[in-house]
Amino acid sequence: MPVQVRGEVVSVRRAGQYHVLTVTAPGVPEVARPGNFATLAIGDLDSSGLLLRRAFSIHGVQSRGIYGGTIDLVIADSGPGTHWLTQRRRGDVLDIVAPLGRPFALPRDPVSCLLVGGGYGSAPLVFLAEALRERGCRVDVMLGAATEEKLFGVLEAKRIASTVTITTDDGSMGEAGLVTDSLRAAIDRAATDVVYACGPMGMLAAVADIATEAGVYSQCAVEESMACGIGVCMTCVLPVIGDDGVTRMLRSCVEGPVFRGDRVRWDDVGTIPSDTWGAPVEEGRQR
Amino acid sequence: MTRAVVRHTTGPAAVPAIDMSTRLGSVGLPSPVLTASGCAASGRELDEFFDITSIGAVVTKSIMLEPRSGRATPRMAETPSGMLNSIGLQGPGIHAFLDRDLAWLRERGARVIVSIAGGTTQEFEELARILRDHGGFDALEVNISCPNVADRGQVFACRADSAAGVIGGVRRSTDPDIPVFAKLSPDVTDLGTIALACVRAGADGLSLINTTLGMVIDVDTMRPALAGVTGGLSGPAIRPIAVRCVWQVRDVLPEIPLIGMGGIRNGSDAFEFILAGADAVSVGTVVFHDPSAPARVHAELASIAADRGFARLRDAVSYAHREADPVPEDAAGDDLSLPEWV
Repeated sequence: MPVQVRGEVVSVRRAGQYHVLTVTAPGVPEVARPGNFATLAIGDLDSSGLLLRRAFSIHGVQSRGIYGGTIDLVIADSGPGTHWLTQRRRGDVLDIVAPLGRPFALPRDPVSCLLVGGGYGSAPLVFLAEALRERGCRVDVMLGAATEEKLFGVLEAKRIASTVTITTDDGSMGEAGLVTDSLRAAIDRAATDVVYACGPMGMLAAVADIATEAGVYSQCAVEESMACGIGVCMTCVLPVIGDDGVTRMLRSCVEGPVFRGDRVRWDDVGTIPSDTWGAPVEEGRQR
Repeated sequence: MTRAVVRHTTGPAAVPAIDMSTRLGSVGLPSPVLTASGCAASGRELDEFFDITSIGAVVTKSIMLEPRSGRATPRMAETPSGMLNSIGLQGPGIHAFLDRDLAWLRERGARVIVSIAGGTTQEFEELARILRDHGGFDALEVNISCPNVADRGQVFACRADSAAGVIGGVRRSTDPDIPVFAKLSPDVTDLGTIALACVRAGADGLSLINTTLGMVIDVDTMRPALAGVTGGLSGPAIRPIAVRCVWQVRDVLPEIPLIGMGGIRNGSDAFEFILAGADAVSVGTVVFHDPSAPARVHAELASIAADRGFARLRDAVSYAHREADPVPEDAAGDDLSLPEWV
């Protein structure tokens, strides 16, 4: 169950093109699971014209220490709201709602897991890798980004994973190309049982397809634009096939952000497929 | 170190002595603060952040007869002090709503105002009949800002005759003890005429305002930001429009119950609507900023009204419409002649 708490900024540090925000969040570290996310308000509404909270997957948690419970969030400075967050300083107070969303499903048995991150989509993967290692799972990591600057978490991944494969579009670090280019080979090499992925929609679509083709289960955390993050606004929907075979427009904030890769209709994201539950049959009429 | 957990906000420690109860037609409510349709789903998610039985009522997301997928994404764009949305009334249809959502709200003990939407007058009437036969709610809000299938998609709320047609049909199909509120659009030339037409057709009250139509173009893609091209603008950006609408309708209809909404962030904003003539207020888009906002707004509103000397919040309703304050007695004899340079 999520809580709304006022947290104090402990630190904001740069990591490549990103910022890692550490903030106190009483009650959150104990219940947060890898794949959960947090939302932050951008200032208060008396002074801020930015109404909507910003959502970030939880990169890590510390349940105790001199600051009590804290969480780490990775922020890309990509607009006025996220820029404001990168300018916070130690002691500033933030309004936090967390943990939100369905976390990654963890295997019961010590299986072989391959974690794929695109850009700062790798933010939840170290948190996930730690949970998998605790269960005795083998963990391999593949990280990709446009450039070296846009990679995140390479050192942390190297610390925890059996192997780390780096890919950049321009070849500024690791192999030149897309992270998905060598995915099939990596699955075969590590005898992967489960692929976990977080990153841009195009990457997730490719990861899910390759995993499904290889007969491997995949768990994908989507990055959809959200207004509320708690399931009331219906803006973050995408077409997902249910256990009954019916496609529904599901909310990535509460029914996701983690979905089974073989259940999301990746090619139809951004549309309402005509066989969706409740899709328009003809102009102005509903099924 | 600040560590206040704000879940289940109970407001300031010193609870102001003020009667916050209000009436919406035949229904009495212990608080004038409601959720806004489309900003609270069916209350379940918000109940994790504040006690939904503590506010006046939950106004549910507009429900239609059949399950509905809604529109393609992107459905939302942030705007200065607001947001644009084009959801397309995604929902499970009336039967799943009754079985799942309304049943939960009743079990939880919340007061419920059910919002209904339709593409034809007949669909609105059918919804009202199904709800009448089912019961278990306190009032109806009729979302007439829907495209009218029979009128090239023009929204019902934009014309007095089509608005009145829907409201008359719903009123006839609803238990006489259940108040029917018409939710009006601000995108009209003369709101007073449409408000009057709805009341003459049998509306027990009016909800003011729905979103106002807007548009955002993404300058990177150089295309409309929303898949639905245009969308409804909500949030603090539209509050002055909403306050104006409540004021104007209150002038035309001094006695009719009004629910005011549009960009309420805090108790002070809510108090503006009360002063303009609202008997109750809906807290909508700000819930996306602060999920415990309805409970917070209730506490802040109580404190502000009590500070102004009101023992009962309903005495503040329409207070801004009062006649000019009399000249104080001790000033009556003052020489108020103008300086000679005027």
